[in-house]
Amino acid sequence: MPIHVNGSAVSVPDDPRVSLLDLLREGLHLTGTKVGCNQGACGACTVLVDGERILSCLALAVQYDGREITTVEGLAEGDTLHPLQAAFVDHDGFQCGYCTPGQICSAIGMAGEIERGMPSHVTQDLATETIAISRGEFQERMSGNLCRCGAHNGIIDAISGVYAGDRGALERFAHVAESAE
Amino acid sequence: MTPFSYAHATDLAQALDLATAPGAKFLGGGTNLVDLMRETIERPAALIDVTGLSDGIEEREDGSLLIGAGVKNSALVAHRAVRTRYPVLARAVLAGASAQIRNMATVGGNLLQRTRCTYFYDTEGSRCNKREPGQGCDAIGGFNRIHAILGASHACVATHPSDMCVALAALDATVHISGAGGERSVAITDFHRLPGDRPDIETVLEPGDLITAITLPAQRLAANSAYRKVRDRASYAFALVSVAAALEVSDGRVRDVRLALGGVAHKPWRATQAEGLLRGGPATPGAFRAAADAELADARPLGENGFKIELAARTITAVLADLAGADA
Repeated sequence: MPIHVNGSAVSVPDDPRVSLLDLLREGLHLTGTKVGCNQGACGACTVLVDGERILSCLALAVQYDGREITTVEGLAEGDTLHPLQAAFVDHDGFQCGYCTPGQICSAIGMAGEIERGMPSHVTQDLATETIAISRGEFQERMSGNLCRCGAHNGIIDAISGVYAGDRGALERFAHVAESAE
Repeated sequence: MTPFSYAHATDLAQALDLATAPGAKFLGGGTNLVDLMRETIERPAALIDVTGLSDGIEEREDGSLLIGAGVKNSALVAHRAVRTRYPVLARAVLAGASAQIRNMATVGGNLLQRTRCTYFYDTEGSRCNKREPGQGCDAIGGFNRIHAILGASHACVATHPSDMCVALAALDATVHISGAGGERSVAITDFHRLPGDRPDIETVLEPGDLITAITLPAQRLAANSAYRKVRDRASYAFALVSVAAALEVSDGRVRDVRLALGGVAHKPWRATQAEGLLRGGPATPGAFRAAADAELADARPLGENGFKIELAARTITAVLADLAGADA
């Protein structure tokens, strides 16, 4: 079965050593997804698989046949930015921009987790069905994405801004794979 | 990465059959193994992908919970019975790694995580008995702030990195294994080994053995349980010290208790000595501290990690006092 990347079918690489990250960048020239640490410590390579965020550097591409991958290139509709991309611009959610694609994909995956009622390390009540969102919740849930420029406050501002505004756009996108099927 | 063959097993029998190939290793979420392969610390000749084989959680009639080895860390936390009946386990998983990694990592793989000792990872510059048996250990006289204070050996002072396993140790979990010799079950506290003179052998698994599931026994006191992790930053860091505990108090006395420590030893450290002292005794911070001190009496600091002894004692005391609540 092929891997679906931003809606296009792609053959699984012959060499099982090829990571999903290398398939995206070297094989498909989708260089929006970044190589940071290449060891699962920084989050720069975060992509969405069937709407869930994962680290593409630790993923062997062969394990993802038949799955729906969404990268940062798959977010905008033509020239219209995804609401979260626009919010990153509005709130200075970056400086050099290297971690940004991973931050944005991660935040979209996070929105789906919150909608499904997934608790975090800082959620007080484990039994709750509805997550009470807060700055602290966003900070904890985004801790897997590092920013060496130190734009973390702007990043959390951008996410908070989308939640305060068109939150539906964020959550709809977390289900991109389901609607595509 | 050295070259390897890849096959996705469609059932348990096929997985076990494929695993008889020389140099074969099972692959779950890959969050540790793929990294270790890139560092050439792991060099399997064949990878047998076992994701999807055993990814259900079953509530059994006897009140126990059967958790498939292929269950993702995030799916484990998403399960209501885990969150309400075994909060220490949900808390431990949520304290570990990042959301992205929890979406990939499996229960079986978490049990088989390898140490984060920096000398173990430094393939070009450091000696490591875990990587190359007999080579020596550069951590013992080196930068060892993160290393073990309990159960270490002259050969290895590495710690086990898992949070989940610390909770499992406190919960009396059982590990179910399939292999060439059939099926068997091992208590989680017997599953991981202390380093001794063979730190390269980390568990009781034999070649070709596959973890298929774990069982959490029905445990009333587990509903009153907690996990506290002390680390260098507030999130996304390995434990310096962690404590998993479950406590039942009545009339000011400890009716029952489970206690395990992370970040202090080569395996999740079940604190049986402290439990023995606590059971039946007063549920007071003084008694909690005395039990903690007894458990840590055999602790042996290295050059830089002596702080862990006091840190562990204080964390144990605080967690038990929290769980005792108004009864303390």
